[in-house]
Amino acid sequence: MTMHIGKDFTPPDVPGKVTGEIKYAEDHKREGMVFARILTSPMPSGRVVNIDTSAALRMDGVVGIITANDLPPVPPPGNPALASDYVTFVGQPILAVAAVTEEIAETALSRIRVDFERRNFVVDPLVSLSPGGATAYPEGNALVRTTEEGPEGAPIVGAQIQDIKWPRAAIDNLRAGREPADGKFTQEWAYGDIEAGFADSAVVVEEPFVTMGYPHHSLESRTCMAYWENGKCYFAGSSQSQSANDLGLARMLNIDPANLVFINEATGGGFGSKIGPYPYMAITGNLSRMLNRPVQTRITREQEFYIGSARSGMQGWIKVGVKANGKVAAVDLVIVNDAGANGGGSGNSSAQHVTVAYQPESMRFRGIEVYTNTTPRGAQRGPGQNEMASVLSPIMDKAARQLGMDRIAFRRVNAINSDGFQGGSRGPVTSAFVNEALDQGARLFGWQEKMNQPKRNGSKVRGVGVGIGFHGAGSRGYDGLVRIAPDGKVHIHSGVGNLGTYSYAATSRAAAEALQVPWENCEIHRGRTDEHLPHSSGQGGSNTIFTHSRANWVAAQDAIAKLKEIAAAELGGSADDYEIGGERVFRSSNPSQGLSYADAAQRAIAMGGKYSGMEYPDDINPITQRAVEGLQGTGLVGVARDNIPGQGTPPGIQVGFCEIELDLDTGKFKILDYAMVADCGTVVHPKNFENAMRGGAVWGVGLSTLERHVYDPQNGLPANVGLYQSKPPTYKDVALDTKIAAVNIPDPQNPVGGRGIGEPTQGASASALASAISDALDGHLFNTSPTTTDMIINHLAGNTYSSKTLKTNTF
Amino acid sequence: MPSYDVMPNMELYQPARVEEALDIADRLAERGWLVGGGQDTYGWLKDRAKSAEALIDLSGIESLRGIRETADGIEIGALTTLTEIANNPLIQERYALLSDAAGVVASPQIRNIGTIGGNLSQDVRCWYYRRGLSCYRAGGNLCYADTPEGMNREHSLFETSRCVAASPSDTAPAVVALDATMVIRNVDGERTVSAEDYFVGPAVDIENTTVLRPGEILTAVRIPSTWANATFYFEKVADRNVWDFSLVNIAAAFQISGGTIQNSRIVAGAVQATPRRLTRVENAVRGQARTAATGESVAALAAEGARVLAHNGYKVPLLQNLVKRSLSA
Repeated sequence: MTMHIGKDFTPPDVPGKVTGEIKYAEDHKREGMVFARILTSPMPSGRVVNIDTSAALRMDGVVGIITANDLPPVPPPGNPALASDYVTFVGQPILAVAAVTEEIAETALSRIRVDFERRNFVVDPLVSLSPGGATAYPEGNALVRTTEEGPEGAPIVGAQIQDIKWPRAAIDNLRAGREPADGKFTQEWAYGDIEAGFADSAVVVEEPFVTMGYPHHSLESRTCMAYWENGKCYFAGSSQSQSANDLGLARMLNIDPANLVFINEATGGGFGSKIGPYPYMAITGNLSRMLNRPVQTRITREQEFYIGSARSGMQGWIKVGVKANGKVAAVDLVIVNDAGANGGGSGNSSAQHVTVAYQPESMRFRGIEVYTNTTPRGAQRGPGQNEMASVLSPIMDKAARQLGMDRIAFRRVNAINSDGFQGGSRGPVTSAFVNEALDQGARLFGWQEKMNQPKRNGSKVRGVGVGIGFHGAGSRGYDGLVRIAPDGKVHIHSGVGNLGTYSYAATSRAAAEALQVPWENCEIHRGRTDEHLPHSSGQGGSNTIFTHSRANWVAAQDAIAKLKEIAAAELGGSADDYEIGGERVFRSSNPSQGLSYADAAQRAIAMGGKYSGMEYPDDINPITQRAVEGLQGTGLVGVARDNIPGQGTPPGIQVGFCEIELDLDTGKFKILDYAMVADCGTVVHPKNFENAMRGGAVWGVGLSTLERHVYDPQNGLPANVGLYQSKPPTYKDVALDTKIAAVNIPDPQNPVGGRGIGEPTQGASASALASAISDALDGHLFNTSPTTTDMIINHLAGNTYSSKTLKTNTF
Repeated sequence: MPSYDVMPNMELYQPARVEEALDIADRLAERGWLVGGGQDTYGWLKDRAKSAEALIDLSGIESLRGIRETADGIEIGALTTLTEIANNPLIQERYALLSDAAGVVASPQIRNIGTIGGNLSQDVRCWYYRRGLSCYRAGGNLCYADTPEGMNREHSLFETSRCVAASPSDTAPAVVALDATMVIRNVDGERTVSAEDYFVGPAVDIENTTVLRPGEILTAVRIPSTWANATFYFEKVADRNVWDFSLVNIAAAFQISGGTIQNSRIVAGAVQATPRRLTRVENAVRGQARTAATGESVAALAAEGARVLAHNGYKVPLLQNLVKRSLSA
């Protein structure tokens, strides 16, 4: 029986979000603050030849301008905060102007003249790979890892941009859905014997596919505010993470991390675009130091499109061989990723999805990431895995149909279990229970009943689909820090960011659980560095529940060990003679003999040393060391690095089941039912688990049917810089009622049993919906994500649709 | 290229009476910009894609609000919100075509502030044009969308004289189908124009989408009793079911007697820069029963003359299917 784990609670920041009292980055103001606005590139590729700021600087109220010359140079293909020699996408920041009002700053922008030299540009990876195709950088289109001789003869691994071209036949083959023989790749792995696997297969399916880029549109744009006091930079930003920003942001500001106070109480969404410090933070912090004034740089919705990063698009080919019993014997996968102007693709993660979702007996992956003059690419909810899930599910359905197998039965044959593997290295997983999830979901959804229903009703056809989403969901080796104050209250110091998932609070419950303290007697410290926050992971990769419930658990265990030692020192016997409960440490053989937590904390202060944080373990991170030093002598300090033994990837896996009704006249569909079951170990916080499941399901609808990147290849201009143009799903585009469940079998490598689940929720929804659309249309494969209204109408009318060209960044 | 999002410096007039507004509009002429709900206006101005010296905010003029019954139908003040029209019992009872159309514009929030005058008079949707590029419609000498590589999925099928941008309005096809009259005032008085003539395509005037001239204000929309309680059909197909523009919409009014269609007005939206009356279809269905078979037989007529661009070919079957549905519902 747990005290906290698996039970609902209200995270402490929720009331502030309801009342509006909580502060987001833009809410931070400071006396004397000036407003910076960014001037961005009008062209997709070129270099800055000259900037004339004289007219702007003469304006009343303009206080300063920062350009690339004021920041350390960033060699290509890095993502500079301000570009100069390498301007690589429309919307790239060139300079920022600060003024006493936003209006003056914007007017000043229009009085700045920037002369550019244009360069060739390209917005499609396959075009760039084609003979004679333009390249995003003058040096080439792909980052190629090289091994060079280091200065002392030691080999060092480097990388350089090179111009990679494929033979015309390879491009044509990929577009035609055939293997792009003689294409050059920069990533490659294989295991098993795929040729033998295909030879053993009863069915071989071979398909091309394309997935679009997807811009990030977090409702809170990445506005920042910075000011300096006594050599310290106080920086309010919008991040998914907290402590994970410290080192990178300090480096951008060229200061010791001890002189940075990063403030981030609440964040209006990140979804992978704000995991760590983003380059544009350098503008605000450095401009503030230059002007010796507080500076706020507010990022507009349009700029958030430009600099908020985007999911990479894929142009690919897959060949799947399946044995007569339904077992996937061989997969051959080729992915050309759109790396945008910088950042990269996620082809390896896409291939990893294939391994986890179908456990192929043999597989080969070949990939290349090609730069284009489009927005920088980065992580976006299940990067690689989710878009792969979306296009792959109908392809696997085709194989199942050709075998005459039920699609769930097909997935059961191939499902991962705790002895399964992930990725090209076939690394272990901590545990997995996908068959249990499939069985539970099929019952919850009523799969068999729905399969038996009539398909056609007038102009409407029903479709039923199933999908699997996966993401590696956990990490190890971070630090936990708790403190029992002299009044007995437990203070949990969390370096976890508040990205909207409330995982900072859910993981803090692990410490409360271990210490067996009522939640109302716990206080979480978080949201700003000077709250003494330990070294923590970035809140990306659905890792936080696994990673930080472990870290908080070990910190609590350290506190418990110290409680017992203090009690033994005070009351006699050895630490092993004592246990905890009811906010006391007491002798097991005589529970009346003990100390309250408050008494023990007071003793800890008196005893000093490790008990009050005057000493700390050698293996904790310097960030945690500073945090402990800030708490020295204020109570009983529990601090530890997560050294819990174990190995393998903790997988977050979800299965989704979708039923739609598609109108053959309009190409529109209605989602009639959506059910999902998570395999994420113990559900730590049920209410928020359901919220995460719903949110991911909604975005899966966007991924597979609505959202995309569109660029005009004639001029490199993006067509969908606004929210309404990018079309995230609305409440009328999704199933209002969803069925949500979890397998809820504890993961053996987490003391509280949990694994992450945030990202796979989207992949499961996207793939189940794609599967249902294909099913409604008698198994037709669009092989494109998203599959939009116009594509469905074109298919029904017998028109060819543009996705056949495998173009990404297009309609 | 700066990315703006605060309002530019401009004068603001907030008249309380229509006469004051007409005086200001007359005095400022091209230098003034009329704003009702502002849902089209603020995008243009904040993006700096268009500019004006002064904003004439009509939202304080109470006489331009409301729905009144007249001797021959109803009159809707130009500032009446789309929500008011969608929820008005009189319109729902007699002219459900318009309340249906108004009820699916954009999103509830936009319908709460957006006006019928604004929805009818809004500018075309073309992302190149709205990005501030110097295209034909913006006074330049080329079209970015009408090229083999142009991103023109949402653009026009018909009447594309230099400009292929489409009208995004959901209410415009409905008022044309209802044979409405637009009431236009200036300092010298009032003129009325039929809804069909209110909208102008690029062949007539490439820089304006209506016949409104500087100094003029659309004050009301009059809907005659001719089409009251007719058989109506409105359908909008958009990618999203909320907060999206039509890919194609259809507004149809049928007068049916003795089991056959005596008269009809069938109007498609988002297929050209103005609402498109499908007169060939109207003629073909006269005397026919309103059935699926009739729909099937005439659907192809709807797309005759369409010129398909690189990415908007799907609009042809979609338009045909919507015509078919309007006849078979």
